[in-house]
Amino acid sequence: MSHLPPRVRALRCRACGTEVPVGPVHVCEQCFGPLEVAYDYAVVARTATRAAIEAGPMSMWRYHMLLPYEDPAPPVTLGEGMTPLVHAPRLGEVLGLRHLYIKNDSLNPTNSFKDRVVSVATSWARARGFQVLGCASTGNLANAVAAYAARAGLRGLVVIPDDLEPNKVAPTAVFAPELVRVHGTYDEVNRLCSELADSQPWGFCNINLRPFYSEGSKTLTFETVEQLGWRLPDEIIIPVASGSQFVKHHKAIEELVDLGLVPDGPRPRLTGAQALGCSPVARAFASGSDHIVPVREPRTIAKSLAIGNPSDGADVVRLARASGGVVVAVEEEQILEGMELLARAEGIFTETAGGVTVAVLKQLAEAGRWTGDETVVAYITGHGLKTVDSLSGRTELAEPIPPSLRAFRRAYPELVNPDASPWRASTG
Amino acid sequence: MAVTVRVPGPLRRLTAGAPEVQIEGATVAEALRNLDGRFPGFADRLYEPDGQLKQFVNVYRNDEDVRFASGLETALEDGDDLSIVPAVAGGR
Ligand SMILES: Cc1ncc(COP(=O)(O)O)c(C=O)c1O
Ligand SMILES: [Zn+2]
Repeated sequence: MSHLPPRVRALRCRACGTEVPVGPVHVCEQCFGPLEVAYDYAVVARTATRAAIEAGPMSMWRYHMLLPYEDPAPPVTLGEGMTPLVHAPRLGEVLGLRHLYIKNDSLNPTNSFKDRVVSVATSWARARGFQVLGCASTGNLANAVAAYAARAGLRGLVVIPDDLEPNKVAPTAVFAPELVRVHGTYDEVNRLCSELADSQPWGFCNINLRPFYSEGSKTLTFETVEQLGWRLPDEIIIPVASGSQFVKHHKAIEELVDLGLVPDGPRPRLTGAQALGCSPVARAFASGSDHIVPVREPRTIAKSLAIGNPSDGADVVRLARASGGVVVAVEEEQILEGMELLARAEGIFTETAGGVTVAVLKQLAEAGRWTGDETVVAYITGHGLKTVDSLSGRTELAEPIPPSLRAFRRAYPELVNPDASPWRASTG
Repeated sequence: MAVTVRVPGPLRRLTAGAPEVQIEGATVAEALRNLDGRFPGFADRLYEPDGQLKQFVNVYRNDEDVRFASGLETALEDGDDLSIVPAVAGGR
């Protein structure tokens, strides 16, 4: 094997362009803007071919040449990525979209897209000698960090607000991280972790490891384009909390075009989805400015999207506008209906964040956004079992019956009546 | 009014590495002005030319984001903590 020079060149500030050496830092000293991984694309181009990618593992690591991990040791992986991209004909019929696709990223090892970002962050941190892998979280990230810390043999440090539902905590606690409960909101937990990352030799995935962590999101878009047959979709619907992944999907598209992996042509519109109970980005978009007014107390069942002070919010607004996309917010009831619609039309059970995404898709379809021939992809980023409580009381359960044919006929006469059965047309 | 200013990693170069410094000031604005007086460079890093705090700068008085109080005019009391925290974090 020929030796390639390093492809990760530096960290570069997305706001002012200042470059600093690669290290566990995430903030530009000049302007406090976010630091991003800067690649030497001449090096990347030598290995980033369709053939090399297709010959790679059936995980997001087939895109290793576009990720900031270059250690000879294998990455820390649980098989994240290469989740199904499924055509959604029944949901598409409801919405008037013939080419609607669902990227079902709830089928990751800990059932959310966070496994992608955490796999990169954990690999990088372990190679750099970090012994503690931490995060501030309310659920999905906690779950992923706890699992990948266990996988890597690192100490997990998960800091969470103390009012989380037990259902959210148990799937993280099983990995036995240090689980610190804080009396405060998520944004407050986040600030505490920022100050901790400044004073302890610990790697926090979404703080000082953020430049590496956030790169992992790109693979969701790389895979989608590959699974479409190396074709860019016309529009992507993306749930927005901090806005980090939204920004990275844009970067992923530009990289695919620049490397010649897809032909140069119209870029997808990038559309963001939020819950009205915490919609600082949608509000900035609607106001016509890109100034984000933080929400002090988010109130929504879509807790995985409830970031009141989204660090990448302004960039989301700018990129949505520039691409022809929008950022839209939906009501709580629409979120639940979105979850039910996706489940009933396509057999996919998503959490409230996915309900937000489907509800936004539906709202835009009903407003006449599409002619019907566009290729639209919705990113479904978390599994329904994570927020199963949100559905309690939505479906009334029937009284149990004795296990006899007679009882069945008595309880469900309309199902067995050959003339009245709602299933008549479908029985062969 | 003496307050403790907590300096984030990216700005510690300005304080010769000190993570905390004692500063006088009756309001957030005044404390930050005095901070810049003692450690020149802070104003440049924290403010836009129009005098607003930069987009990615969060300032907390005793754990409360000053934007939820009276912003730069938020009054300070003796012994308060003033934290400067970069906004770039998050993702649940
Ligand atoms: C399931 C799910 N979807 C989407 C998001 C939003 O991601 P981002 O913070 O990158 O905007 C999150 C977490 O933040 C999440 O947990
Ligand atoms: Zn900068």
